[in-house]
Amino acid sequence: MHLVVQAVILGLLTGGVYALMASGLTLAFGVMRVINVAQGALIILSAYLTYTLFVHAGLDPFVALLVITPGMFVLGMLLQFVFIRPLRSEDREELSLLVTWAIALGIEGVLSVVFKTTYRSVNTGYTNATWDVGGYTITQVRFYGFLLSVAILGLLFLALTRTRIGRAIRAVVQNPVSARLLGIETERVAAVGFGLSAATASAAGAVYAMVYPFNPNSHYDLISLLLTIIVLGGLGSLGGAILAALFMGVAEAVLAATISPTWAKLTFFVALLTLLLIRPQGLFGVKARGAI
Amino acid sequence: MIGVLAAFPFLFSAHWLVNIGVFTLMYAVLATAWNLIGGYAGYISLGHVAFFGGGAYAIAVTTTHHYAAHGYEPFYVLPLVGAAVALGSLPLGWLAFRTRTATFAIVTLTLLFVFQQLAFNLRSLTGGSSGLLLPLPLFPVATYERPFYYALLGLLTCGLAISWWVRGSKLGLTLFAVRDDEDRARGLGMRVTYAKLAAFALSAGFFAMAGGVWAFYIGSVYPQFAIDPLVTIGAVLMVYLGGKATLWGPVLGAVLLVPAQQYLAYRLGASQLYLVGYAAVFLVVMLLLPRGILPSLAEKIRRRRGRADPGRPPAQVERPAKELVRS
Repeated sequence: MHLVVQAVILGLLTGGVYALMASGLTLAFGVMRVINVAQGALIILSAYLTYTLFVHAGLDPFVALLVITPGMFVLGMLLQFVFIRPLRSEDREELSLLVTWAIALGIEGVLSVVFKTTYRSVNTGYTNATWDVGGYTITQVRFYGFLLSVAILGLLFLALTRTRIGRAIRAVVQNPVSARLLGIETERVAAVGFGLSAATASAAGAVYAMVYPFNPNSHYDLISLLLTIIVLGGLGSLGGAILAALFMGVAEAVLAATISPTWAKLTFFVALLTLLLIRPQGLFGVKARGAI
Repeated sequence: MIGVLAAFPFLFSAHWLVNIGVFTLMYAVLATAWNLIGGYAGYISLGHVAFFGGGAYAIAVTTTHHYAAHGYEPFYVLPLVGAAVALGSLPLGWLAFRTRTATFAIVTLTLLFVFQQLAFNLRSLTGGSSGLLLPLPLFPVATYERPFYYALLGLLTCGLAISWWVRGSKLGLTLFAVRDDEDRARGLGMRVTYAKLAAFALSAGFFAMAGGVWAFYIGSVYPQFAIDPLVTIGAVLMVYLGGKATLWGPVLGAVLLVPAQQYLAYRLGASQLYLVGYAAVFLVVMLLLPRGILPSLAEKIRRRRGRADPGRPPAQVERPAKELVRS
């Protein structure tokens, strides 16, 4: 029992970070009907930026975010402008998968050339520090990462509900045609949405760099997991993605603790296939023509 | 065309040239097979390399266990492997076809990771991360590549024949209807699901057979190389470059890209820079030539002759209604 509770704690902490990672993907899908396969590569890119700033400038990963986040936001807008916008809207959903995959390959290639393919990790002074709460171990880094994820998700939520551009983004998500008729510049809103989605990668990357060793190829591990989460939650549903992320984080940790870590990696896919049998549109997806 | 390809190893017998020929033919088979489902039916499957890996492991496992030293046996088993994997792909296809468009692509992509994970985990069968080594066949050294070359040429001929037959058959018409408007096709009483599953299984079978030849040729099978996302993305890129849903487009794409890819990998292999080159080609094709070489050429010729387009219905133009419904 102790083992299971410990695993649930770990799973929730990991799930929070998954939720942050998946929120970026969901946002990009919502505003542009783009499945951003490069999200994993953007996270790994941020991890490498965190690593560089930490090793060469001695910046704490949490402080380095202040620099990396705006950078990723700009990079996201650029990617959207150069590669996504020119795609014809009628088959953007399919083409974007391939285009963003190519972007991911490009990022992986550049990272491999610059940093080589050896595994790196960021070892801050508190990386291995733990708290002992009622007999359960909590890794400090993971807890900070969880807090950061919750904070950023909260900010994202506030930005989406309280600001003008946030309302515009939600309008575009709900109905792009009507949004355009109401005078919203959908392409500009989409660029901001894509930028925001890339910006979430920076925090996710910082946490990832502190918790796991990574190399340029790691983005495949991330993206397979994240895509599963957003399909589980229902494409385009932010709340669904967060719930699915927490659920999967816990399920993975519990299975890893009770059965075996190598088989636990399959949890995601088994969950996905089961869901497809019962509810193909995802937990919170809306069944719309052509959308599932 | 096939005749020229058949004469190739006799005209140029340098090992490295025939080696490039082997890989070109392999990708031509993969691209032609992927075109059946991705081009004709418009279902972007990103996980087909899972079946390639399935075939590779099937050949690896059978040859390491039952091998007579002569050498050609694995080629005889090939059709069996193809049929088995095609059958095995049916339930997976059925599951994946519960979704469409982007979700379908994601689901098939996860299939790839499931197979890779299984290949890592089922150690007793696959050897896990230490892989499987196949016994080397006793082919004459001077013409070592030829058996593999002709096996793949045979596969390509079959693949093209099937691809050509499908285009004119009821199956092909149903697939094209699915691509243009699946709901309407279903509403008109077409047997949509059967057609999709048939195309899926056919292409899976060819992926498996190509994978089998590949494993035999390379002589070793590791999870990360037998089930490599780059193989799928390569085949997909070739289909898009040559022309989606055309008969010869995938072959053209392979002939153009694979020699370049092999050369780049050879020159830059160790530095991973070829990934960047690959990405660049991909992005250029997607952004500047999304319809592919053959359809663009055909359109140009047609325009020069001043004819209206009789063959292709203007399906792409009719689509905007979708956006409204999606709300």
